[in-house]
Amino acid sequence: MVTINELTDDEFLLKGNSSCAGCGATMAIRWVLKILGKNTVLVMPAGCVSVFQGMFPASAFGVPVIDSSFGAQSSISAGLAAAYKVKGKKINIVTLAGDGGTGDIGLHAVSAAAERGDDVLYICYDNEAYMNTGVQRSSLTPYGAKTGTNPEGKMEWKKNLPLIMAAHNITYVATASVGFPFDLMRKVKKAASLSGFRYIHILTPCPPGWGTAENLAAELGRLAVRCGIFPLFEVEKGKLTLHKVSSRLPVSKYFEVQRRFEGLTEEQLKYIQSRVDEELAYLEQLEKITSKVSKAE
Amino acid sequence: MAEQIEVLTGNAAAAYAVKLAKAQVIAAYPITPQTTLVERIADFITKGELKAEYIKVESEHSALAACIGASLGGARAFTATSAQGLLLMQEMLFWAAYGRTPMVMAVVTRAIAPPWNMWSEHTDALSQRDSGWIQIFCHNNQEVLDTVIQAYKISEDKRVMLPVMVCFDGFEISHTSENVKVPEQRDVDDFLPSYDNDLIDPEKPKLLWNGVYPDDAFKFKMLFSEAAQKSKDVIDEVHKEFDLRFGRRYSAIEVYGNPDSEIILIAMGSVASSAKAAVDVLNKEGLPIGLIRIRLFRPFPTNELQKAVERAEAIVVLDRSLSFTRGILSTEVAAALYNAKRRPTLFEYITGLGGAVVSHRSIVEAVKHLLPKIREQPKGVLWMKAGG
Repeated sequence: MVTINELTDDEFLLKGNSSCAGCGATMAIRWVLKILGKNTVLVMPAGCVSVFQGMFPASAFGVPVIDSSFGAQSSISAGLAAAYKVKGKKINIVTLAGDGGTGDIGLHAVSAAAERGDDVLYICYDNEAYMNTGVQRSSLTPYGAKTGTNPEGKMEWKKNLPLIMAAHNITYVATASVGFPFDLMRKVKKAASLSGFRYIHILTPCPPGWGTAENLAAELGRLAVRCGIFPLFEVEKGKLTLHKVSSRLPVSKYFEVQRRFEGLTEEQLKYIQSRVDEELAYLEQLEKITSKVSKAE
Repeated sequence: MAEQIEVLTGNAAAAYAVKLAKAQVIAAYPITPQTTLVERIADFITKGELKAEYIKVESEHSALAACIGASLGGARAFTATSAQGLLLMQEMLFWAAYGRTPMVMAVVTRAIAPPWNMWSEHTDALSQRDSGWIQIFCHNNQEVLDTVIQAYKISEDKRVMLPVMVCFDGFEISHTSENVKVPEQRDVDDFLPSYDNDLIDPEKPKLLWNGVYPDDAFKFKMLFSEAAQKSKDVIDEVHKEFDLRFGRRYSAIEVYGNPDSEIILIAMGSVASSAKAAVDVLNKEGLPIGLIRIRLFRPFPTNELQKAVERAEAIVVLDRSLSFTRGILSTEVAAALYNAKRRPTLFEYITGLGGAVVSHRSIVEAVKHLLPKIREQPKGVLWMKAGG
């Protein structure tokens, strides 16, 4: 558990960065760094964070940052981790990338790093599209969402990246949402206490990209979980733990405050609701099955 | 100083050099004809003869990215590739060079597909001439071993801090065995100081490679080019020091045969080995032909070349690369001589593409074909007949 009293007053994501008003990713990264502390290096590819961190010689970070080419973040981190191993240097390596950098252009390298078990904490901030280039679809854009490259709304389901990562049998996988900051920080703290490849997938609502009011990032982060659209779970040593939502809200509650979902038909909403229900049932089954697997061990 | 003589392929010679240089992080992805090189390194590590981390990456793009991370982390990094692999690395090639991360890469040259072809051609390495890497071409296995060791010293020099490609022909060098003198570890240790990099320091956090505005970007490019310029002096210094310590002399260009010849051949890599044999034959027949072997391709040895062809009537470039209609070496040679006080006539031969055999006989034949025409204006690019 993480409580507010134990949080450091030190800031490693500094004021004056040029993120958009109400940016969910900014919230997540600030908390991640508060848990990890000063002895951390960030490796990050092109993405919102690499833009809002500022232009040379300014920096919005109180920790060293290596900006990588788009998709190379995992492999640069792998080299850094290998160098630290041979050199005996002890610095937390955090690979920080968005949904496009992780699930599209960088997936081969992320998968390879996971399979090798590189000693790295990978944080994916998922704002569900290529946001810094002006909102274009990624494989993690949800069904029905409009972006610049699918103005009619995306017709394909969102890629389930956290489960893809879990299938690599890595040390730790978790999903987290900026709607639940203490849950998010607990997971970061847990991941930091482990070694090997650790993956945390954080839903970071993006007010301009999602077409919502600037004060809604945290609320949307909560709604996504409460509607069952973005379930919170952890997979540790193959065992999946699902964080149950006591009284689930209908998915329409999440969609009605976002302009990107404008024009969803009743039929589409029904389809989404039934798929969300199925996916939750699938996770519940996975929880049951994997709990048995752990016991058998 | 004692040296052991071993019978080694070019790939094995490179692997021995990596071991002697005590590379600490290897990241590589297999591609013919590079594979036996990276396998040999894995073997050294498994046997405990080389203490290094070997990152088995999923692509060449990642191989080079991992070397960039390793170099930043203060480890001596090595990778090797060929053809398609080098092209897949291209984005990271610029990153490594303009990011100023020292490292060494062996490029075992191979033709670029299509059609699929695994034999040697220099187009792969030469197509990356604008990537910011220092590029050295070797023509025998001893040179491969020596150059990999020298390359670390050049790359890690504070005046340089640029990555180095050591290029040698696939199969003709990579898979052909020769006697190679392997220096003793302590002599290499004396020659090559250890490497570290303290750019990434949580006590003094810095942002590396983030966005820059045009004026700053322009300054960074200028700084890069200054280092690229200075690297030539460092390369000359390293060649001298290597000669003093190990008794083998290397220079940016190698002049073979009579330097005052009327006709001078220009070649790189294993083509230059065949050309040396051709020069011997031609000289024996009383034909005054010399050879310039280009060893250093980036930075291109413009001054040396201008001087070396001062008295020649004609130069004949034997080019194992193709850029649309001309060879890449030819265009570099032409560019280097443009401001020379006196320019010999330039004849251009395309040869040995896709591993086509460049024998000394075919070179002799090609030169004899040209002899009556050397005072005429060249009529475009010539294609040399392949074969033994």
